[in-house]
Amino acid sequence: MVKILVYPSNSLILADLVARFGHEPLTMMRVIRRKIKEVGIDSPPINVTPEDPKRGLKYAAVDVPSGVRGRMALLDPLIEEAEAAIIVHEADYSFGCMGCARTNELAKYVIRNKDIPRLELVYPTNDDEAREFVRKIRDFCKSLTSTAEVTA
Amino acid sequence: MVSDETTKMVVLAESSPILPSELALRAYELSTDAVVKETCYGLIVTGSEKSVDETIKELRKLDPSGIFVKDRGFPPGDSRRCRAVRGGGPRPGFHQLERESNILPNISYGLENIEEPSDVKGREKRKKLTIDRFIEIIEEQSKEDVNG
Repeated sequence: MVKILVYPSNSLILADLVARFGHEPLTMMRVIRRKIKEVGIDSPPINVTPEDPKRGLKYAAVDVPSGVRGRMALLDPLIEEAEAAIIVHEADYSFGCMGCARTNELAKYVIRNKDIPRLELVYPTNDDEAREFVRKIRDFCKSLTSTAEVTA
Repeated sequence: MVSDETTKMVVLAESSPILPSELALRAYELSTDAVVKETCYGLIVTGSEKSVDETIKELRKLDPSGIFVKDRGFPPGDSRRCRAVRGGGPRPGFHQLERESNILPNISYGLENIEEPSDVKGREKRKKLTIDRFIEIIEEQSKEDVNG
């Protein structure tokens, strides 16, 4: 089983398909769960720990807006753990303020620079595209399984 | 709270013949330790990781290609997310779910017919709004605001 980072990191479809094809999806929801369950952390938005700004600074300089660094701090554990990645472009719901837009760009850039297998797709709009979308994800997951077996 | 407590969302594709109430009934029949909440899109299942996984494995059998599952950070009814306490408005995360729910029937079709050959033509790249058109929109809007 390979840990696959999915982007958009809260995607239902990607999380489901990755799990369906036998791998572990790395999603934002698990980071959030850890944040809200950890003892000693207050309710959001007062849940920033001293570790979070440091994590954000790994990816962006101090003069970069805090919104970007804050978001990157949440994505950091996912990027660190990732052994492969699936990025889907043209996700309408990840459209947002400049913080969201720049974080999307930076996160994709960081993932691309990481030396891991990567699949980049576009959200499907009809049945045929969806079939191709599912097939590509399945083939990618299969290829990871065979690579993992060879490595082991 | 159980230390390994986990929450998952079970979302039904619009094309699925199953109703959220049927899913809930099946989940009750299973009598695992997981707590189930019926929603408009499907279910929220919460409990120990083992019981949640067990429940979802059984639920998936009802419609393997029409039931989609993802993790959820907050437990059901959490006051930081629940609309009942927050005074209405869309719940954070609603827009993502709404957008992806629209294409779940397509994905469901893709899963069922994954082996069929497909003839996908290259999609035209989305064009960006030109500055001139953007200025026109601003002018139209400001006129409407003045008149309206």
